Amino acid sequence: MSELKSYKEIPIGSKNVEAGSSVRNETGSWRDFKPVVDMDKCIKCLMCFISCPDATINPTTFGVNYAHCKGCGICAQMCPVGAVTMVEEVV
Amino acid sequence: MSVKRIPLSANHAAAYAAKACDIDVAAVYPITPQVEVAERLGQFVADGELRAEYIPVESEHSAMSACVGASSAGARAFTATASQGLALMHEILFIASGSRLPIVMALANRTLSSPINIHCDHSDSMASRDCGWVQIYASSGQEVYDSVIQAYKLAEDDKILLPVMVCFDGYILSHTYEPVLVNSDEDVLGFVPKNVKRLLDPDNPLSIGVFCMPDYEYEFKYQLVEALGNVPDRLKKVDQAFGERFGRGYGLYEMYRMDDAEVVMVALGTMASTAKAAIDELRTEGEKVGLFRPRLFRPNPVDEWRAILSKYNMLMVVDRAMSLGSVAGPLALELLGAFMNEKDRPRFMNFVAGIGGRDVTVEDIKQMFRKTIDAHRSGTTMRTCQYYGVRM
Repeated sequence: MSELKSYKEIPIGSKNVEAGSSVRNETGSWRDFKPVVDMDKCIKCLMCFISCPDATINPTTFGVNYAHCKGCGICAQMCPVGAVTMVEEVV
Repeated sequence: MSVKRIPLSANHAAAYAAKACDIDVAAVYPITPQVEVAERLGQFVADGELRAEYIPVESEHSAMSACVGASSAGARAFTATASQGLALMHEILFIASGSRLPIVMALANRTLSSPINIHCDHSDSMASRDCGWVQIYASSGQEVYDSVIQAYKLAEDDKILLPVMVCFDGYILSHTYEPVLVNSDEDVLGFVPKNVKRLLDPDNPLSIGVFCMPDYEYEFKYQLVEALGNVPDRLKKVDQAFGERFGRGYGLYEMYRMDDAEVVMVALGTMASTAKAAIDELRTEGEKVGLFRPRLFRPNPVDEWRAILSKYNMLMVVDRAMSLGSVAGPLALELLGAFMNEKDRPRFMNFVAGIGGRDVTVEDIKQMFRKTIDAHRSGTTMRTCQYYGVRM
């Protein structure tokens, strides 16, 4: 944890001057089910990519970025061919 | 410099001032008694006299949200509302101040439901006094016009960056026509050149209104405390510069016949104007009474209030709003706060009057003065505010 800054050292007015800082903030540990894509069934329609509320589906490889996927399951619901399965996380 | 004398209502005066400040965005939802502000601004835009984006929003919540967006994009944003409209904006008022956006609002003071009533009291602005907005209470159409112009100069100051609401009594002022000195738009814009920071810039991306954890929320809020603390001094300077340029000035408060006063009345807005007539009459009857009218309320210039008012024995604070559940009205509470831990302090009499547009006449104010003088001379101590004129 970095040193906490005083009110004078932070930007004025609740703004974050560093764009895209959520890339560093990994949220994958929130997940209890993870989406697994069956590439034999996948028709590459990109519905999962469009529907993902984060940006965890790679539109070229169809791989899932598990560092940011929170396991909401929207991709599995939207997939028209049932290529995405939600699999329970086992620790 | 060109000046015209035009008969204007305070609503129209606010619209003329916003036009003179060359606002870029007007996001206004019409509500009684502010409707004329919305109408007149729409007319200015339709007639090509004002090159602004007039956003016909579907609610006041959207009006303030549109102002937040516009101001973030570097536009000079303006809105106007009253009563339920301000209440509906409440959530976004905090976002405007927390995001440090120099939005200016004209507020035609009107009471809050229920029961529904379109007439004047200060319960709308008083319920919003903790929002981090600067509040200026005007007592004439001219002061409304001048205060809107001063408000932009203050709001966009680098040491301030806070939204400002200019409050004026609904109907009593909003719909009263008086001759208002209107300066040319060029002269006004020369006094308030635009100084709105463009936060939303594709070349320098950032996030505004961000999520914050307990480790930083407090520090962001404290920034508001510091900025508000700069307001009294800055507004005084803005008002002085305005006076030098246009020959009209108001200061942070108005004092009327306060020398040697036994009782000093403290009131906001138009009730203070009526009080002057009452004071003149009482003075001819031999009573030593005076008036102190705060113009800047929130942030309160408490050091100046204390320096001026501590030498008087008795303050008669007349609130045009109720602070339900409290021992006193909101104006009295603020004045009592200004004397926190002070040994040399006046005694207080606090009246609530003028609720829901109930007329406060010269005779009413004289009666309140008489009750206060009696209490002062007999040494009676009032522990709570007195609800003047309510039928028991």
